[in-house]
Amino acid sequence: MSARLEQAVHALKEQIDAPVASFLSSCVHCGMCADACLFYTETGDPKYTPIVKVEPLRRVWEQEFTFMGQLKKKLGLAKPITDEFLAEWESKVYDSCTMCGRCSMVCPVGNDITYMIRKTREGMAVSGHVPEGLVGATTRAVTIGSPMGVKFPALQAQIKHVEKDYGFKVPVDVEGAEYLCMLSSMEIMNFPEYIGAIAKIFDHAGVSWTLSSKAFEATNSGIQIGVSDIASELVQRIVSEAERLKVKAVISPECGHAYTAIRWEGPNLVGKKFGFKVRHILEVLDELRKEGRLVTEGMEEGRLTYHDPCQIGRRGGVLEQPRNLINMLVSDYVEMPDGGKMNWCCGAGGGVSTIESADEVRLKVFQRKKDQMEAVDAEGLISACSNCRIHIEDGLEEYHMDIPVLSLTETLAEHLVDKE
Amino acid sequence: MKKHITEAEPIGDDDTLGAALRRQGVSRRSFLKFCAATASMMALPPSMVPAIAKALERAKRPSVIWLSFQECTGCTESLTRAHTATVESLIFDSISLDYHHTLQAAAGHAAEEAREAAMRENFGKYLLVIDGSIPVGNPGYSTIAGISNLDMLLETAKGAAAIIPVGTCAAYGGIPQADPNPTGAASVADLITDKPIINVPGCPPIPVVITGVLTHFLTFGTLPELDQLGRPKAFYGQSIHDRCYRRPFYDKGQFAETFDDEGARKGWCLYKLGCKGPTSYNACATTKWNGGTSFPIESGHPCLGCSEPKFWDGGSFYKALSIPTTEVARDALYAGAAAIAVGSALGMKNRASSKQAKAEHQKVSVDDLNKED
Amino acid sequence: MTEIEFLSWVRGPGFQIASVIFVFGVIVRLFEILMLGRKANLAEANGSEMSGGVRTIFSRMAPESDTFKRSRFTIVVGYIFHIGLFIVIFLFAPHILLITEVTGVGWSALPTPIVDMAAVITMIALAAVLLHRVKDPVMQYLARMEDYLVWLVTFLPMVTGYLAFHRMGLPAPSLLALHILSIELLMVLFPFTKLMHAFTFILSRWYNGAIAGYKGVRS
Repeated sequence: MSARLEQAVHALKEQIDAPVASFLSSCVHCGMCADACLFYTETGDPKYTPIVKVEPLRRVWEQEFTFMGQLKKKLGLAKPITDEFLAEWESKVYDSCTMCGRCSMVCPVGNDITYMIRKTREGMAVSGHVPEGLVGATTRAVTIGSPMGVKFPALQAQIKHVEKDYGFKVPVDVEGAEYLCMLSSMEIMNFPEYIGAIAKIFDHAGVSWTLSSKAFEATNSGIQIGVSDIASELVQRIVSEAERLKVKAVISPECGHAYTAIRWEGPNLVGKKFGFKVRHILEVLDELRKEGRLVTEGMEEGRLTYHDPCQIGRRGGVLEQPRNLINMLVSDYVEMPDGGKMNWCCGAGGGVSTIESADEVRLKVFQRKKDQMEAVDAEGLISACSNCRIHIEDGLEEYHMDIPVLSLTETLAEHLVDKE
Repeated sequence: MKKHITEAEPIGDDDTLGAALRRQGVSRRSFLKFCAATASMMALPPSMVPAIAKALERAKRPSVIWLSFQECTGCTESLTRAHTATVESLIFDSISLDYHHTLQAAAGHAAEEAREAAMRENFGKYLLVIDGSIPVGNPGYSTIAGISNLDMLLETAKGAAAIIPVGTCAAYGGIPQADPNPTGAASVADLITDKPIINVPGCPPIPVVITGVLTHFLTFGTLPELDQLGRPKAFYGQSIHDRCYRRPFYDKGQFAETFDDEGARKGWCLYKLGCKGPTSYNACATTKWNGGTSFPIESGHPCLGCSEPKFWDGGSFYKALSIPTTEVARDALYAGAAAIAVGSALGMKNRASSKQAKAEHQKVSVDDLNKED
Repeated sequence: MTEIEFLSWVRGPGFQIASVIFVFGVIVRLFEILMLGRKANLAEANGSEMSGGVRTIFSRMAPESDTFKRSRFTIVVGYIFHIGLFIVIFLFAPHILLITEVTGVGWSALPTPIVDMAAVITMIALAAVLLHRVKDPVMQYLARMEDYLVWLVTFLPMVTGYLAFHRMGLPAPSLLALHILSIELLMVLFPFTKLMHAFTFILSRWYNGAIAGYKGVRS
């Protein structure tokens, strides 16, 4: 066994805990997880069955943590973990899983398959059987500070634009602010309007906030590729800045996995409770709405629907807030079938958007989103994740559909009443 | 299973069964009735009745030696203390019972001489009936005239045309063989393998069954068809359960829960009270006892399964067939306690192994990801 | 060995061995799983693990409407044979007698003809499950020898039990003995196969519900 393979098995062994052991003991191979996964429903190919994706983890569990498995291993009856096996599993674990968590919602015995895929990636990443695109993004995140290679000067340029457009200063590195606002590189590069939107909303509501020049990147390739050490390093940058600037809370941007990374995995990755709170931008906005600090005028025209980003909704718990805010802004709102916690993934989360070899299948499974939108005859789609937005725009183009994709935060900003 | 047995040569008319019956005052009419009943019991067509009658009429009174070993005399009682004098008992009376402890007048050496004489005179032709089991562990437990049961059996069996173990003790070991079997009791079939054996088990067996077997032997000169336990299929072919008049209650799931509840009064199924009818093969439910009056289930008591091997060791008579015969609850508790100990140990091992894996964690850096193999 | 001796063995030592292995195996397996433990969650909670966990133990019995539409066969047939097994195992008078004898707890039985009907439906459902396993591409892709083994040891007690009740094919003691033996086989294999899901599904659902509940999601 090569050193790398040995390290991979070791990494998988580290991941096994009581939930994993109960999940793997409970699976009866009923196949219902396949019916919940868009990679299966849209391709009909059984190789996309979610529970199969965790096979590397299952083998290690069986051979290291069950009496019968250890016996089988001693007798030479256990299926070994080989490089060929992991190579075959690479595309299952990465290309065709967005860790959207839908399978975890339907498993009749209650297996949280996504929880296990996240863990399986820890072994896959170490083994070297990991898509290049994801390695590249992770490398850039660690060395440059952003998976897209965005540096502070690029953000500074966007800030200047905003300041020019709105005529007020965007706070950067302000010590003692209430909120430290994080961004995703996608927002800086593709949707800079988001920066203007939060600046405008916070100015409108009188919120004390700041950006940081040292830690503005919220995304975390470490949790996508499955290397906790790297994920922890990336989270630590934010923690250090939040502590240095003495903020009360860190705001995760319109990005799905960033929220999971900071909000739910963050403290566990760095190994300590945070001295500050972590909130998604939608949670902050809904809080402001409740306090009556958001005064809007006019409503969006046309029949609009909302796409729940998996990591924010199903895996994050932010489900009501977007709907409360949409109520304020949209008169003809329509919920897609399965909307809410059972919403279907756009098909590009969990790092899939960075994997070139996954491009074809990613666009193919977009069919599911298309069907969902067509079912309600949506004329526009609102979401709260830049990655979802980019991929949905991509998908709509592929399927020749002309439907605008909006950011909830940006839409809110547009309807704010001008301050007197 | 059928084995032909050399028919005894008739010596004279006086020695035939027909003559003996006539002497006892049995009318032709009741004799034919008996033949018809026997035919139907043995599932033979009515056309066979005259043949049976003819064969029985002409049959020589066979010499029968009856040996009693470790027994309670219940079998003899069953056969001889029939409620009324029946043709069956007369048939029984009609055989030439040359030796029977309980019934013979002779005693001591005279009795043993009678046995030896019968063996000599009818060597190869007499029927040997046995009741009681044979102590093999220590033959001293049961002796007759200083001869151990085992020796007497082996000696007497030599010249027998066929052996009929009567009662469950002789057929399968019965109560003397019950756990812990202190005498090392064995059945006839355990000890004799070179003679035709027709088991007539029951504790005691039904009288008509024994005369039926005799009738068959006298009529056809052959052994009746036997089941795998050596019992005549004609009498032991169906289970008590399958012929039980309470069967419809079983099928509907109506059970007596105690001996004096509503169900018991209504005559519901006795399964829950431990009835072994479902696994017991005997003719009780059809021929019944005491001249066709009743049988245990009819009088409200579950079947004990007395015609089956090991019936005494099959768990409580009053516990249902679905209940295990061993102390499962106690064993499960012990197993559970042991499992907690072993499970904790394995669990600790798992924990340690997991902890060690985490302790040995090698930090993964970007360089590791970009490493070429 | 005569058939009655065979019956005596399965009712006595056989059942003893099987129940010891069953109880021992199940408890050891549960310890093996639970003692692995899990790290305390350091993230600020947005809901209760306990209520989420308990909720999911029950809520997973009722699938979401889309799930039902997409996995209709698995859910309907799965429900049928699970309920059928429950009726046959726990509501048939002779079985309750056994349970009461061992545990001291008892309850009333369903009328036998209803149990009989449930048994037939269960066997049909199990046959359909097998057919589905063989025909459906996903089921086929997932299938391992163990899946067929587990199916067989579940099906055998049903068939032998049915034959024993209706006394078909073999002498009654043999039928009953084979029925009991098939259950003993099931009990012996139970702790070491995915039959364990009958116990561990509670743990799995709890963990699933707790993980989601902590984040304020009802899974």
